[in-house]
Amino acid sequence: MIVVVCVKQIPDPADPGALDPDTKTLKRDVKLILDESDSYGVEMGLQLVDAAGEGEVRLVSMVPNSEVSGLRTALAMGAESAVLVSDEALAGSDALSTAKVLAAAIRRCEPDLVLTGTESSDGYTGTVPAQVAELMDLPSVTFAKEIAVADGVATVKRQTEDGYDEIECSLPAVVSVTAGVVEPRYPSFKGIMAAKNKPVDEVDLAALGIDPGTVGWAGAGQEITDIAEAPAREAGEVIVDEGDAHERILAFLDDLKIL
Amino acid sequence: MATDRELADEIVGTIRAWIERDVVPNVAQFEAADEFPQAMFDQMCEFGLFGATIAEEYGGLGLDITTYTRIIEELSRGYMSLAGILNTHKIAATMIGRFGTDEQRRRFLPRMCDGSFRAAFSLSEPDAGSDTGAIRCRAERDGDEWVINGTKMWVTNGMRSSLVMLLARTPDDRITCFLVEKDPGESFEGITVSKKIDKLGYRGLETVEMSYVDHRVPHTNLLGGDEGLGHGRGYALSALELGRINVAARAVGVAQAAFEAAIAYAQQRETFGKPIVQHQAISFMLAEMATKLQAARLLTYDAARLADAGERVDVEAGMAKLFASEAAFEIATDAMRIHGGNGYTTEFPVERYFRDTPLMIIGEGTSEIQKMVIARNLVDRYPVE
Repeated sequence: MIVVVCVKQIPDPADPGALDPDTKTLKRDVKLILDESDSYGVEMGLQLVDAAGEGEVRLVSMVPNSEVSGLRTALAMGAESAVLVSDEALAGSDALSTAKVLAAAIRRCEPDLVLTGTESSDGYTGTVPAQVAELMDLPSVTFAKEIAVADGVATVKRQTEDGYDEIECSLPAVVSVTAGVVEPRYPSFKGIMAAKNKPVDEVDLAALGIDPGTVGWAGAGQEITDIAEAPAREAGEVIVDEGDAHERILAFLDDLKIL
Repeated sequence: MATDRELADEIVGTIRAWIERDVVPNVAQFEAADEFPQAMFDQMCEFGLFGATIAEEYGGLGLDITTYTRIIEELSRGYMSLAGILNTHKIAATMIGRFGTDEQRRRFLPRMCDGSFRAAFSLSEPDAGSDTGAIRCRAERDGDEWVINGTKMWVTNGMRSSLVMLLARTPDDRITCFLVEKDPGESFEGITVSKKIDKLGYRGLETVEMSYVDHRVPHTNLLGGDEGLGHGRGYALSALELGRINVAARAVGVAQAAFEAAIAYAQQRETFGKPIVQHQAISFMLAEMATKLQAARLLTYDAARLADAGERVDVEAGMAKLFASEAAFEIATDAMRIHGGNGYTTEFPVERYFRDTPLMIIGEGTSEIQKMVIARNLVDRYPVE
């Protein structure tokens, strides 16, 4: 079974990021790391391949400057190979352009199953997984918390606000994996060493047969018109117990739908 | 061979991420119960830490001493006992790699890579430690076997190990090293864990007294074969040289943790209307802590670098161990002072650093022994014509 996992390499969220005032987008000329929200898809893919007893995990990533450090992390975890799409014409790509590029790269891997995160930790559009599925004309299942594969059919437990739905779909399919549903493994030292020699197939738009005019700034259907500082966190509400504190705390939790 | 720097950074970074995510939040429970941190040990096996420095031809990773030193530092920054789980194994693997016969290397090293076959190092006795000449544990030849009788102290990992590097007195009245194979547990064919030693710090892993009554070891397990007879002391001292770099690295790791705790607390805790870091008495303390920490780290890395270059490093390892261990104790004490009353409670980790750092002053040769080693070698290095 070939499981393709889409992974994004992003600036380290632990370091303060910066926006480019001209383009109003995140500066990406720093060292990039594997987006943690994608590490769950990598782990899920490795577990599915283990369970199947055959096959491998292949990675697909679109990134500026041919950056591979985040990919190496996923390769060290156990993925076998990667397709890396890097092209100057991709700068300024919106979510749909990203999905077009990923779909073209995924096709080269001949997947039985495509896994993604639910959304990236830097862009947060959360639209790419469904767009990739649409462009590839494949079933789309989102927010998976568990996936089982048998006889060409995926059975997915799909997380909902109240619990989960159980969905069956034919393969290949594109499934987005909810963060936190599996424990991503740490790479072993042997894995880290082996990752240095695993194949990373770097391709540009020409190799994927994509017209540069349809992606990047040129093809973007969305425009960032303004950016603003996130509001500072406001002070919380202090509840002083006057005999009804427990009721007020319950009401507060109820509002948050935690209860 | 030197480990590629980028690879070393990735390995150390992976350990750091694990320490922060899975070790630091869980240390207190194992410490309080003095319980073996099984899940942490399992992950150390998964990483491949037990074979980290074993040569690749025997299934290890062949990492250099500098990289290993950095790993020990990171482990100790989270939980110093983890470095202890590893260190005796590393000493044993080094002794077998350097002084074992080809047959012994082939027989033992491949089994020692995954953590399922762990090793302890056993030199100290109730009346012999730094004074290795006073060893009383005896080995008598009986045909193709040696018969061991005696009592050993301070055996770290003695109970859970499958192999003990045992230093014993042979009939030639010299010290010989035997590869004692056993099942993990409290007793095995004349070997008994006669006492588990309760300690001030360095908790979570066992330090035991072990008794040997007529335990038989095959002659093929004499380290170095026939030529190894009587050379055990030299073999052990050679490996302990690296052990001292390891202890220095542990001191640097614990000192780093203590310093980080202190500088964070000093910025949060307010007295007389301002954070205490703005009081000169505290800020000067922090400046001295950071300076000592940096000096300790550089001495340790320098000793590791020279060891990687294949040089004898008695002096440099001794200096690193002497300075780093004393500095770590002072830094941990200052971290506790900065924490005030909170530092004296088990709510904050500084009390553990305060309890753990004396081990580095005492273990693998006390500060006084280090000074003897350094001074003796200095006279050799600077002879008067």
